[in-house]
Amino acid sequence: MSIRGRAAIVGAFEHPLRDIPHLTLPQVHREVAAGALADAGLAFSDVDAYFCAGDAPGFGALSMAEYLGLKPRILDSTETGGSSYLFHVGHAAALIAAGKCSVALITLAGKPRTGGAAPGGSGGFSAAPEGGFENPWGITVPNAYALAARRHMYEFGTTSAQLAEIKVAASLHAQHNPNAFLRDVVTVQEVLDSPMVADPLHRLDCCVITDGGGAVVVANPEIARSLGGGHRAAWVLGHGETMKSTNNGRIDLTHTGARWSGPAAFAEAGVTPADIRYASIYDSFTITVLQTIEDLGFCAKGEGGRFVSDGGLVAPFGRLPFNTDGGGLCNNHPGNRGGMTKIIEAVRQLRGEAHPAVQVPDCSLALAHGTGGNLGTRTGAATLILGQEDA
Amino acid sequence: MSNLPVPAPRVNSETQPFWDGTAEGRLVLPHCDRCAFVIWYPRSFCPECGSTEVTWKDASGFGTIYSFSITRKGQGEYRNATPYVLAYVELDEGPRVLTNLVEDDPDALEVGQRVRVVFHDTGQGTALYRFARG
Repeated sequence: MSIRGRAAIVGAFEHPLRDIPHLTLPQVHREVAAGALADAGLAFSDVDAYFCAGDAPGFGALSMAEYLGLKPRILDSTETGGSSYLFHVGHAAALIAAGKCSVALITLAGKPRTGGAAPGGSGGFSAAPEGGFENPWGITVPNAYALAARRHMYEFGTTSAQLAEIKVAASLHAQHNPNAFLRDVVTVQEVLDSPMVADPLHRLDCCVITDGGGAVVVANPEIARSLGGGHRAAWVLGHGETMKSTNNGRIDLTHTGARWSGPAAFAEAGVTPADIRYASIYDSFTITVLQTIEDLGFCAKGEGGRFVSDGGLVAPFGRLPFNTDGGGLCNNHPGNRGGMTKIIEAVRQLRGEAHPAVQVPDCSLALAHGTGGNLGTRTGAATLILGQEDA
Repeated sequence: MSNLPVPAPRVNSETQPFWDGTAEGRLVLPHCDRCAFVIWYPRSFCPECGSTEVTWKDASGFGTIYSFSITRKGQGEYRNATPYVLAYVELDEGPRVLTNLVEDDPDALEVGQRVRVVFHDTGQGTALYRFARG
């Protein structure tokens, strides 16, 4: 059985703020849930499945589902860091296809700038079985991603200037997003001149840290076709998920889990990378984007540096228009988790609701990919193929 | 030679043999009795073949730099230890282990350089395994 065309994203909402001192974490979850349901034309009472991840305060999905006043038939607290929400969409689509639920609500919220629960998903778990062998060495998020960048440079000749091209493309998109945390266009030289955080990654190779949140609603085909004339549905055509581990002590730092989740999603959707018009690529760091693009098959392994250069990622006419909201590198990385906003911008593109300056013409097929955890150790990986049509 | 912090690792009954070795200046690795896999991180079974018969054996203490990062912004105990070097070292026995490089001239580091293990006493019955060139 396939989920292809068996479910659609019918509602999507990104919280407009990047500092939210006046709301609690649960309140942000509620605001984004209400926003996504309003976008869909549905009510809280229509929701029969609820999904959240480690950003949600309390006892997994139980606390938040109760707080929101839901009566779900399905609860899912799958936690794979920033990629969680793409896992959730895949799970929701499968459960909808199996008839277990009809309207699934997925929420994310975080307040790393103004307090609230500390973000998880990126190491430092002292009781984890690997903890004693990773925590004593001063591992941070940036320096572990830097290990991946250094090895990719060593094996393939990738340069810091090529990584900088990714940030430049994101900034060109973010200038059109009034809500973006960073709206200034930057140059390759400005990225290279920014302070080194963890060599070879500069400050501008790193994503922003923002308060924020987002939510999406996934529904069955009957409901999807009944809402808004059916024109605003982003159909779930393919999904692949996996993890990339340290491989029993033989970690390969030159690729992500997209090497496996991508082909699974493409196979289910029955399409190839060449068919994709727009891609939301997880961008915790520039190196995350570069490796993911290679692993998804948009170019050969090791060719990512050349692929992203010369405006390769710039919408609307680059080789692969990416992260047209400005992505995590410039727009928003709510709660240190970029997966939800990846889904939301892909939905905007498919609806034709991205900013006109970055809207991809005839955007019939989009991809969203999430990477959660730490590329220097272990990551979750999930790929979604979304389309304007149900098959 | 080194201003690196020496935080004590979290030790449990499963990893005690490994950490006991470090206190004696030995890097001991669990080897699978069935498939001969050299297991990392240390655990009481072989994640490759599933065997629960493992034998702890001394490693050579030599390896090669697989990747490294000169960290300019640290957190917690490492906040005031910058710059310091986080690295993966590929041990001659096979595993790639997360560690620090003890190095006075980080700019001279390169992937592929040979390193040997050094131990830094935590004062709590364990030592941190780190690596240095030469």
